[in-house]
Amino acid sequence: MLSGTVVVAASFAYLLVLFAVAWYGDRRAEQGRSIIANPWTYAMSLAVYCTAWTYFGSVGRAASGGVWFLPIYLGPTLAMSLSWVVLLKMIRISRTYRITSIADFIASRYGKSHLLGGLVTIIAVVGMVPYIALQLKAISSGYSVLTGSDDSGVFPFATASWFNDGTLYVALTLALFTVLFGARHLDAAERHEGMVAAIAFESVVKLLAFLVIGGFVTWGVYEGFDDIFARAFADPELAALLSLKTASTAGYGGWFAMTLLALLSVIFLPRQFQVTVVENVNEQHLRRATWLFPGYLLLINIFVLPIALGGLLYFGRGTVDPDTFVLSLPLAHGERGLALLAFIGGLSAATGMVIVETIAVSTMVCNDLVMPLLLSTERFKRSDHPDLTGLLLGIRRGAIVVVLLLGYLYFRLAGEAYALVSIGLISFAAVAQFAPAMLGGMYWRGGTREGAFAGLLAGFVVWAYTLMLPSVAKSGWLDRTFLDQGLFGQEFLRPEQLFGLAGLDSISHALFWSLTANIACYVLVSLARVPTGQEATQATLFVDVFSRGQDAPATFWRGSAQVQDLQPLVARFLGAERARRMFETYARERGVRSIAELKPDAGLVQFAETQLAGAIGSASARVMVSSVVQEEPLGLDEVMDILDEASQVRAYSHELEEKSQALEAATGELRAANERLKELDRLKDDFMSSVTHELRTPLTSIRAFSEMLLDDPKIDLKDRTRFLGIIVSETERLTRLVNQVLDMAKIESGHAEWHNSDIDMRDLVGHAVETTEQIFRDRGAVLELDLPDHALHLRADRDRLLQVLLNLISNAAKFVPNDTGVARVRLTCEAGQLRVDVTDNGPGIAPEQLGVIFEKFRQGGDERARPQGTGLGLPISRQIVEHFGGRLWVQSKPGEGATFSFVLPLSPEAGDGPDHAMT
Amino acid sequence: MAKKILIADDEQNIVISLEFLMKREGYEVSVANDGDEAARRIRAEKPDLVLLDVMMPKKSGFEVCQEVKSNPELQSVRILMLTAKGRDTEVAKGLALGADAYMTKPFSTKELVERVRSMLAER
Repeated sequence: MLSGTVVVAASFAYLLVLFAVAWYGDRRAEQGRSIIANPWTYAMSLAVYCTAWTYFGSVGRAASGGVWFLPIYLGPTLAMSLSWVVLLKMIRISRTYRITSIADFIASRYGKSHLLGGLVTIIAVVGMVPYIALQLKAISSGYSVLTGSDDSGVFPFATASWFNDGTLYVALTLALFTVLFGARHLDAAERHEGMVAAIAFESVVKLLAFLVIGGFVTWGVYEGFDDIFARAFADPELAALLSLKTASTAGYGGWFAMTLLALLSVIFLPRQFQVTVVENVNEQHLRRATWLFPGYLLLINIFVLPIALGGLLYFGRGTVDPDTFVLSLPLAHGERGLALLAFIGGLSAATGMVIVETIAVSTMVCNDLVMPLLLSTERFKRSDHPDLTGLLLGIRRGAIVVVLLLGYLYFRLAGEAYALVSIGLISFAAVAQFAPAMLGGMYWRGGTREGAFAGLLAGFVVWAYTLMLPSVAKSGWLDRTFLDQGLFGQEFLRPEQLFGLAGLDSISHALFWSLTANIACYVLVSLARVPTGQEATQATLFVDVFSRGQDAPATFWRGSAQVQDLQPLVARFLGAERARRMFETYARERGVRSIAELKPDAGLVQFAETQLAGAIGSASARVMVSSVVQEEPLGLDEVMDILDEASQVRAYSHELEEKSQALEAATGELRAANERLKELDRLKDDFMSSVTHELRTPLTSIRAFSEMLLDDPKIDLKDRTRFLGIIVSETERLTRLVNQVLDMAKIESGHAEWHNSDIDMRDLVGHAVETTEQIFRDRGAVLELDLPDHALHLRADRDRLLQVLLNLISNAAKFVPNDTGVARVRLTCEAGQLRVDVTDNGPGIAPEQLGVIFEKFRQGGDERARPQGTGLGLPISRQIVEHFGGRLWVQSKPGEGATFSFVLPLSPEAGDGPDHAMT
Repeated sequence: MAKKILIADDEQNIVISLEFLMKREGYEVSVANDGDEAARRIRAEKPDLVLLDVMMPKKSGFEVCQEVKSNPELQSVRILMLTAKGRDTEVAKGLALGADAYMTKPFSTKELVERVRSMLAER
């Protein structure tokens, strides 16, 4: 056992650490370097879902119902993976219209109704009070287990008197902390970075603590999972817990109800709305959270069964409350440090829930309950209170204290009679009542204010009658007779078997009837009346938030307003300095220099109203704004007109956008075409320049020698003969060049003539070799021939192919060394194509030359020793081979000769056309 | 003493004709077949005049010209550029790089001899 002082000191130390984290988070936020702007922190803050109820209660539930604890965690997992689009829409709507609570959301959607906001707030407060009580109970019973004292006389200063009850001081301490965390100053968007940081920190602490205890029980007390489960199966009573059938009397219906309940709560619990929607920094974070948060739930549930079974095995049934196994198991084994850690983990879970829940509820109480009442008094409407920020803060702080005290009251009244899980489920069922109005509001335009009100009220009444009242009655504060005999003695009104529906557990039963009544009233009453202009406006803004939102929203407002009226109004609730900065920013966005120059139009009114909505709720903001501007209400027809207009404008702008895109694409194509033309032009220029150079070079020699011979008849015979020889050979070169240029131009332009016929390639190669043998012989070189033993037929232009062969073989002849030169021509057939290789043992080709020798006017080899050639032979050969569907390439290493190869398909497609195809 | 002339061209037949012409005029002639060799010989032999082809392997006539003109020791070397690319831009480029004169191929042998003679007489 631990002494009370140690436990209290440790608890306060932990709370101080928490506060430091929150303080640091706030400070970083002020510096603009947020520590919560990442998906991990966001996901961790969502884990505020796991309260003391999870921490202690899951084990208790598992101990009595086996795997029956699972639906509470299956629900959220399903919610995150299946309905994250719903969450995304809630986030987008809330951000766009500055919605800060679930009450505000519903009130705003159904025409900014005070009545609805108030009803939702009351449901939330009544529904959450048991849940808060549960946290208090968890802390208090945890403390008594830890210190070994019995329920009464728990705390050092505890007696039976309320004012001396330690739990009261726990509640007050939590209230103080919540005020410090969440209501120190007013934020227009109700965002609390420090609090979120602290909550994320708490989520990590409770997870680690629970994992440590789980590990201790599994491997410290027992010998792993196998050991625990083997022992449990050996005990018939425990074995029953592990079977789905006997674990629950409610069967599959109960599982379904429980999963649905948890699914709805993770979306609509006030504190989940606070962390998921209001505190969301970036919509993208939701994506990551959809798997991180379920992952967290999985981790924190791994050890639930082992701890429950371990506790039952160790203590036996009925001796120790299974809700406290997390604490009592380490204590029983003398691990006081571990027990204290477990307590801190539980404290983490409880405080996290209490802080966020009461902040969320206090925002609702302030904006949707107290403000409307204050605003309805004449005195308040006049602006003789220039600054109401202090009052707003005061209301919130008061609300926090009151809600916690209500929780304490419920704890005193009913807390003792119920297990943790059952209290939590009562709250879940209350929250589920928000689902029809919320979901209907986001996806159905037809929902009306009365419909939502009727649905919520009906659901709430049925919930109170079938779940809340019985819980109070069972605690002994009400006469129990109506439970067994029904209201007014009418049996069909028995709260737990309403209209004779039996065979369900009380939660499933209450959920079934309350949701049925809720949905039926919501839909039927909504259908009874056409929505008003105000309702239709809000319906459109909510349902179409994704298609509307960003670009200038249609403004549903008509009237006249003054900046001088609006700014002081905002200043009353947000402070003069803050209001001035907001209006200045807005003026800058609108492109005007000062606030005074702002046009008092619908946009400005909407801006002011949205800012106010963040602080006092949308319904109150509507009332306040309408008190300072002259406006005409819009009828449904007019709203519809505006909507039509807006959608027409959207259609036009969409059309315009498409046209400009098409134009852009056309411009792009034109530009590309122009680039291609320029490139072709440049290529042509280069070609002309090269041709000019190639023509002028032989001309230069011819002219020079001719002039010399003409000028000087006395040149001796030897020189004369040499010069005339040069002239002749340069003339030949010129002729060859002209022919090849024309040839090239014809092939490239597609005007070449192709005289196709059936050719035996073996004959053709043989012929080419015979023609060129003499050149080799002149240089003292050898030309080898390697032919297949059968003919290879294909259809092509014989002269053109011969041209290719002669070009390759004579190239080889030029480059082989004198006397030791060897060239080899090889014809083979492989895979439907024939292949010709012409190999020489010349100097080879440098790697950087390999690519360029196929370009026009690029000759290979060492230039000084470069043989005569036009630099067009290889490009022309390549063009010819490619014309017949083949490929021409070269392989070479410097110093090791070169091999020019080409392949041609044996049944060429390109050459198959009619002869003289292109002339 | 005979003036020294360096002929830098990669076309053998043109070299032969230039060599014949210049020798007939009584000049002392040496030959370079690419840009590298031309630059090397100019540095080593300090000829009075270079007949410099533009399109040469390894180093273009432009590069050789630039090298010579930026070397103070070679101030006395005159350069007559010869090119088969007759574009105006080529002529402008050659002159901008400091060539003393420019002729396009095919050239008149008489004009070439005249030009060489006048360039060597200039100093």
